[in-house]
Parts: sequence; structure tokens; C-alpha cells
Amino acid sequence: MSTASVPLPHWINYGLIPLLNLVVAFLISGFVVWLIGESPLDALSLLLEGALGNGEGIGFTLYYATSFIFTGLSVAVAIHAGLFNIGSEGQAYVGGLGCALVALALDRYVPWYVTMPIAVIGAGLFGAAWAFIPAFLQAKRGSHIVITTIMFNYIAAALMVYLLVHVLIVPGKMAPETRTFLEGGQLPKLGWLMTTFGAKLGAAPFNVSFIIALLAAWFVWVLIWRTKLGFEMRTLGVSRTAADYAGIPYARTVIVAMLLSGALAGMMALNPVMGSSARLQVEFVGGAGFVGIAVSLMGRNHPLGIIMAAILFGILYQGGDWVSFEMPNITREMILVIQGLVILFAGALEYMFRPAMVRLYQQFKRG
Amino acid sequence: MDYYDIFISVLSSTIRLSIPLIFTALAGLFSERAGIFDIGLEGKMLGSAFAAACIAYLTDSAWLGLGAGIVCSVALSLVHGFASITNRGNQIVSGVAINFFIAGITIVLGQAWFGQGGRTPQLSPDARFAPIILPGADAARDIPIFGPLYANVISGNNILTYLAFLAVPFSWWVLYRTRFGLRLRAVGENPGAVDTAGISVAWLRYRAVMCAGILCGFAGTYLAIAQSAAFIKDMSAGKGYIALAALVFAKWKPVPVMFACLLFGFLDALANFMQGKQVPLIGEVPVQVFQALPYILTCVLLAGFIGVATPPKAGGVPYTKER
Repeated sequence: MSTASVPLPHWINYGLIPLLNLVVAFLISGFVVWLIGESPLDALSLLLEGALGNGEGIGFTLYYATSFIFTGLSVAVAIHAGLFNIGSEGQAYVGGLGCALVALALDRYVPWYVTMPIAVIGAGLFGAAWAFIPAFLQAKRGSHIVITTIMFNYIAAALMVYLLVHVLIVPGKMAPETRTFLEGGQLPKLGWLMTTFGAKLGAAPFNVSFIIALLAAWFVWVLIWRTKLGFEMRTLGVSRTAADYAGIPYARTVIVAMLLSGALAGMMALNPVMGSSARLQVEFVGGAGFVGIAVSLMGRNHPLGIIMAAILFGILYQGGDWVSFEMPNITREMILVIQGLVILFAGALEYMFRPAMVRLYQQFKRG
Repeated sequence: MDYYDIFISVLSSTIRLSIPLIFTALAGLFSERAGIFDIGLEGKMLGSAFAAACIAYLTDSAWLGLGAGIVCSVALSLVHGFASITNRGNQIVSGVAINFFIAGITIVLGQAWFGQGGRTPQLSPDARFAPIILPGADAARDIPIFGPLYANVISGNNILTYLAFLAVPFSWWVLYRTRFGLRLRAVGENPGAVDTAGISVAWLRYRAVMCAGILCGFAGTYLAIAQSAAFIKDMSAGKGYIALAALVFAKWKPVPVMFACLLFGFLDALANFMQGKQVPLIGEVPVQVFQALPYILTCVLLAGFIGVATPPKAGGVPYTKER
């Protein structure tokens, strides 16, 4: 009998195997660190110290995590419907345009708590709009969504650079960015939250969009596991024929899932654009859309897992900065290496350890 | 400048910019025709560029550089194969993982070994593929029309350029005129049938991804030690994805692949040429328009508005024997 069909308890499937994959990814990363002549243990302790050692570090960690929660949820929602959305990066980029336009229009008239909900809608709408065309092409014309979303990432990059260089740029300035938003277009920092835990936020841009991200995670959980639409999406994700047989409309479900996915990716822009730099800049997404793929895979497409994986990647990003500062031999790009290994082991080689686990488990039960 | 001179100069940069695309798109062709999607083309190209530059720098030999580029790229192909053929993992995820890993490791190792911000040291002429001047190029230069074309476009390229154009008919021959090619195409359409005929699906697919690895090795080597004289971080700059677009554009056929790559190379060359120039009636065309054009064209094609592009049927689906 094939080991693939042997049922394993949840704690092995969702706990032990992902943990094992993660450990292997980190062991290989440690090997790379050793290869370039640094001590992996020193690097690890520096990483943890930089990310969690003081209030400012934690603030930066949670700031990065906020972006990754949004993009991770974006990838996960699409995966539940059986769609692999590689376009979160582009959708977040265009979402930034939506939220920047709202902030630019309203910041001198109203306070931030009026701007924020409208900016959330703006960012979501623009992100969803950017996901709509690939979704439509997949649903109605059978184009492969992976290819089209990759193409749309590049089209988004070209479009946004054009807009920032030719249209939105401040006249007389060289930098391709919009003007700085006034207070009404900036999201407040969460310094008070850190103070209640006895830590100081310092210069970290940890802001209100973290709370929006947690709300979004809760919303996704309700959507996927507590609504009819979520059930239809999951059915489609498991088997298209089953979905067709059950009368679930394919085109509608694909398009709705991708719109939600794009909207979530778009909302990610709130964090860097309105929460940190207070202006729209070139390449502000900085790969967060792709990190979302790793986050979603590692979190097993469950909002709770995604929040934990996002925080782990936040630690990697902030701690990685610290390591590259203290150990000049290890550059910031070490994060990409770790990320690639996590995607490889937690995603593509997901079931590599499963047969061994099954054997161990069966022996354990017998013995 | 004379219009014909402009034409010649755009044409020669078209060729230069198309070569890595042709190698990479042919690589994708082998892999995808055997039913293995390969988003990792970008990473393989970048990885082989780094390996080629490192070894060429250490040994001062361009050929050893090429060898290293191919070894690196084939090794990555085997990782992709192990994940997607042996472990039946998600091919897209595996490709994405390779891209990330390579984007990071080339810079990490480059910085650790050479300390120049992720780039390799400048290569000596011996470590590079030099331009080959074809016989009579200088004498032909003064012949009207044909002369400049022969001297500046056809002659004066490096050996990898000529190999790229030879690789196109060679790939066609392998895919359509050999038993291996027939089986390779079959395994991408209906692996069950190949299995029933008693041929190993896994081994065929492994050989297909290795072919892809070899071709990507040429592409990366071209970038690092033929077109440039060093590895520069992220030097593939999305060419792997353009090659993927060209593959779709060419409907997974070798000769159209070459023309699609030449078209995308031409758009790139045109964009460089047009920068800051005025077009009558339209004014300055933003360079971003040219940059986005291959991607937009591919989406339009995929939508079926200019012909139908049908990918191999079994593409992206891991093969499971039924028990």
C-alpha cells in the first residue's frame, strides 16, 4: 500500500512535518553561513537579538509582518480556490496607487480615521482591479493564471514607474515619488501598544495597519470556513469536476476568489505607503508579494498559520538587516536564500518526509 | 545619422539582446513539452551566469566558464526534477523557490568571495568569448546595403551567438525527428500512454529537464562572459520570464520560438534606441511602453485574440501510476 494514502493525525500533518521542513531549510541556510566562514550560531543569535532584542526591533519585525500577513492571505485565498496567484506583488503595487490617491485627495481636509477606511477601500479596489483581468482571462478564455499574473507584475511595474516619473511626481523634484502626505493621510504608529508591554517603539514604523491585517485574517477565516462562498471556493480548489457537478459556477467563483485575493494584496500598500513613508515611492512593495507565497505555504493557507509565518518572516527580515550590519560578510540577501529554501521544502518538497513519518508512526502504534 | 545605419545598429543590438532569450526559451521548450512547467528559468540563467563568471575568473578560460555554467544550471534542473518528478511537488512552487534561492545566494557568495557588492571581478579577455570576425568582413564593409549588414550584424558576434542560431534547428530535429523527441512530446501530452508502452515517464522527464538545464547554462554564460565581462547582481533582470512569454507566443514550437525571441529582443533594442527621442505626431514615447509590450502581447495572445496557444496537455501535472 502506498504511504501517500495512510492517514496521519493532525499534529503530524500540520505540526511535525512543516516543522521538520522548516528545520531542514534552516540547517541548509546555516550551512551556507558556515561556508562563507561565519558561525551559524552567532548569526542566529544576532538575528534573534536584532529582531526581538528591544522594542524598536520588535516594532520593525511587526511592521514587516503586517505586510506579509496581507500578501500571505492574498495568496492563500486564491490557493483555496485552486488558483496560484503569483501576482500579489503587482496587485499590491497598484493597490498603493489607490491608497495614495485617496490620501492625496483627503489629507488636508479630514483626520486620519476618516481617510483610513476610504484608503482601505481604494487600495482594495485597485488591487482587485489588477487581479480582475488575469481572473477574467482564466475564467472565460482559459489562459493560465500563473503566466498572466507574472506578466501583470511586469506590466504593473512599468505602469507605476511611468505614473511616478511622468504624472505623480512633484514638479521640480528629481525623485520619482508623490508629495509627502499631511497628517490626515498618515496612519498613527502603535507606540501606545508597545508601551503597555513595557517596550519603546523608537523609530520603527509599526502602525495601525497591523490591526487591519489581523481583522483581515479573521475575515478570511470566516469567509473560507463559515460561508457558502468559501465552501464553493474550497470545493473548486479540491476538484473542478466535483464543483461543476455540484452546480458551482466556475467562472464566477474564480473571478470572485481572485478579486478578493487582489484586494487583500492591494491593502498591503496601506502599511508602507500610509503607515511608514507617507508617500508613494518606486518599488515600495519590495518583494512582499513574493514573500506572501512562502508565508502562505508555511502557514498551510490557514489565517492563524499565516499570522505566525508572517511574524517569522518579519523576524527574518528585521534580524537579517541586523546580521548584515554586524557581520558584513553576510549580506541582506541571505534572507532570499532562506526564503527560497523555505518555499522549496515547505512547498515543493512538502511530502518528502511523509513516507518516513508514516513508517515511524505505524511502528510506534504497533509497539 | 543615415536611416540605414540606424537600422543596422538596432538590428545588431536586437541580435545581442535576443541570444539569452533564445537559449532560455528553447530550454523552456524542452521542459514544458515534457510536461514540466519551469518558472525557474530565470534562476537557472542567473545561477549559471554566476558560476560561469566565477570559474572563468579563476581559470582565465571561457570554455571552463561555460562548463561551470552548464553544471550549475543542470544541478538546479535536477533539484527541480527531484521536487516535481520524484516527489510530485508543485512545479510552480519549486520554480519560484529556485528563483529566490539563486537571487540570494549569488549575491551572498559573490560578496563573501570577492567583496565587491555581489559582483565578480572584471574578466580578462581570455576569460571571455571574443567576437569572431568572419572572412571578408572588412572588405565587404564598403559594398552598399549588404556590406554593413554582413560586417556589423552577421560577422563580429561571439561563438555563443552562432550556437544559439544553430540550437534552433537542432532542437527542432531532436524534438521532431528522433525517437527521444517523439517520446518527449508524448510524455507532455499523455504520460499514461508512454508508461503503457513500457517507457519510464520519470527518466524521460528527468532527461528533458536536463536538456533545459544545459540550454539555460548557455544563456547564463552568454550574459556573464560574452555580453558582459563580469557577473552583476540580478543581471538576468526578468529575461527568464520574457523567455517564458516568448515560449507562449511561439505556441511551444522551436522555429517560432526564435522569431518570438527576436521580436522581444527587437522591442528591447528599440526601447533603448528611442529613449528621449521624439516620434512625429506622437511625441516622446515613454520607454515603459516598450518594456511592457512583450508582457501585454503575451496576455493578448493567451486570451486567444491573436490565435490560440495550446500548452502541452499534461503540463504542470505530476504523473502518478495508478495501482
